[in-house]
Amino acid sequence: MAYSDKVLDHYENPRNVGTLEKDDPSVGTGMVGAPACGDVMRLQIKVSDDGIIEEARFKTYGCGSAIASSSLLTEWVKGKSLEEAGQIKNTDLAEELALPPVKIHCSVLAEDAIKAAIEDFRGKSGNEKANDANNADGSGKAA
Amino acid sequence: MTSLNRRPIYMDYAATTPMDPRVAKKMMQFLTPDGEFGNPASRSHAYGWTAEAAVDEARKQVAALVNANPKEIIWTSGATESDNLAIKGIAHFYGGKNSKKGKHIITSKIEHKAVLDTCRQLEREGYEVTYLDPEPTGLIDLDKLEAAMRDDTILVSIMHVNNELGVIQDIAAIGELTRARGIVFHVDAAQSAGKVDIDLSSMKVDLMSFSAHKIYGPKGMGALYVRRKPRIRLEAQTHGGGHERGMRSGTLATHQIVGMGEAFRIAKEDMAKDQIHTAALRDRLYDGVKDLEEVYVNGDMARSVPNIFNISFNYVEGESLIMSLKDLAVSSGSACTSASLEPSYVLRALGRNDELAHSSIRFSIGRFTTEEDIDNAITHVRAAIEKLRALSPLWDMYKEGIDLSQVKWAAH
Repeated sequence: MAYSDKVLDHYENPRNVGTLEKDDPSVGTGMVGAPACGDVMRLQIKVSDDGIIEEARFKTYGCGSAIASSSLLTEWVKGKSLEEAGQIKNTDLAEELALPPVKIHCSVLAEDAIKAAIEDFRGKSGNEKANDANNADGSGKAA
Repeated sequence: MTSLNRRPIYMDYAATTPMDPRVAKKMMQFLTPDGEFGNPASRSHAYGWTAEAAVDEARKQVAALVNANPKEIIWTSGATESDNLAIKGIAHFYGGKNSKKGKHIITSKIEHKAVLDTCRQLEREGYEVTYLDPEPTGLIDLDKLEAAMRDDTILVSIMHVNNELGVIQDIAAIGELTRARGIVFHVDAAQSAGKVDIDLSSMKVDLMSFSAHKIYGPKGMGALYVRRKPRIRLEAQTHGGGHERGMRSGTLATHQIVGMGEAFRIAKEDMAKDQIHTAALRDRLYDGVKDLEEVYVNGDMARSVPNIFNISFNYVEGESLIMSLKDLAVSSGSACTSASLEPSYVLRALGRNDELAHSSIRFSIGRFTTEEDIDNAITHVRAAIEKLRALSPLWDMYKEGIDLSQVKWAAH
């Protein structure tokens, strides 16, 4: 299979690989996928007091497109509010990476990962403030 | 980055081999106006006679490798056609509507698609097929095979060497079981001819499929061995001018046939040398990677051909591994090309868990593989595994002592 230059770039030089302390109340962790399906994505976000994503880290078990989707996602969510990050669509990721149709599920997984990370963060005690700020329009519901 | 003019190291000999230059040279003599381009079926002039003599010589060379009579060799377009002709030919002859013998066929879940898909077609035609599960090593348990045999079983089709694992089935023993019951026994030998000794004068195999391009011959060329004593009868699948004793019509491709003959002649001559060469390289490769943690050999190294080596690197996904190994031409057991990702059906049939099935790489080496190739491959593999494990959440979990089989995954 031929990969796009952007997929190859993210695959060769993945951004923001790593781990954040999952028990830190300011960290949200999203783990999606399953080994049986050939991809597992772990996305972590560190959220500031005013609800802005300061840091993002990922680790992904999966094909090159899955790794590239999660790498790109970490770039995109940094500096965004939870609400903005929650609105990132898989189609935007797929378009940016020029994913072929058989790899669209990789971008879907990345969208699921950010939603799961946001939900995990909001579920932690002490994050009501960020919850209130972001749930004002009711869009904070995870997929 | 790989320079543009340097090709990856070829380690996919089980997919196909380059032609031996000796084969290509011989084939060239049967194509052009100054060569022997005649139709072997032309009986009225020297062009035909010379071509026919070349075809006869090739038939002897193919038969000689497996200790068969040249009259038992039928030319085909490859092992896929041979499998189709053997299985459908037997089913239609012995299990047709005028037959009282039956419509039951036995095969295994790790056969090549040419066998499995042919059996599926026969199921649509009203035949019944039993697909045996292999043991975790990839070997077929003879007791289970025997237990599956019935009064209405007409055919058993079991491959000799598995194309993904390299494991060698005990076809001599299977032949004893089938012959005792009057069941026809077909063997796909695409991966075994020229790799292991085959003696059809002693093995009770009735039909055997061969491919030329797996042993340094041309693509698009194969043969089917059809036993004469006891006589095995087939219903033709390609009708026409009655070539190949009516079993497979169509003008013979002299240059292809000559190429296959030459490849089989060389295989007979060089088999021992090739075996020693590939075994030493396989061991060198395994020694170079086995200290990486969580490395699993798929199949049974002690009962495998040395030229096929299938190994799983746990917690690394196969397609990304292949991508990291862009300087190696290898094959992955994982086919991550659809929304429902299907790992190799062969590894699944062995009972390998999904992670290991997805993490498998098949290295297949051959006559032209060098020690330097192996050493470079080891360097690439080690670097790729380290990189991808650093990226792998599953590796982290393994290192934290989490049992992944106990994790509740959100399947998608």
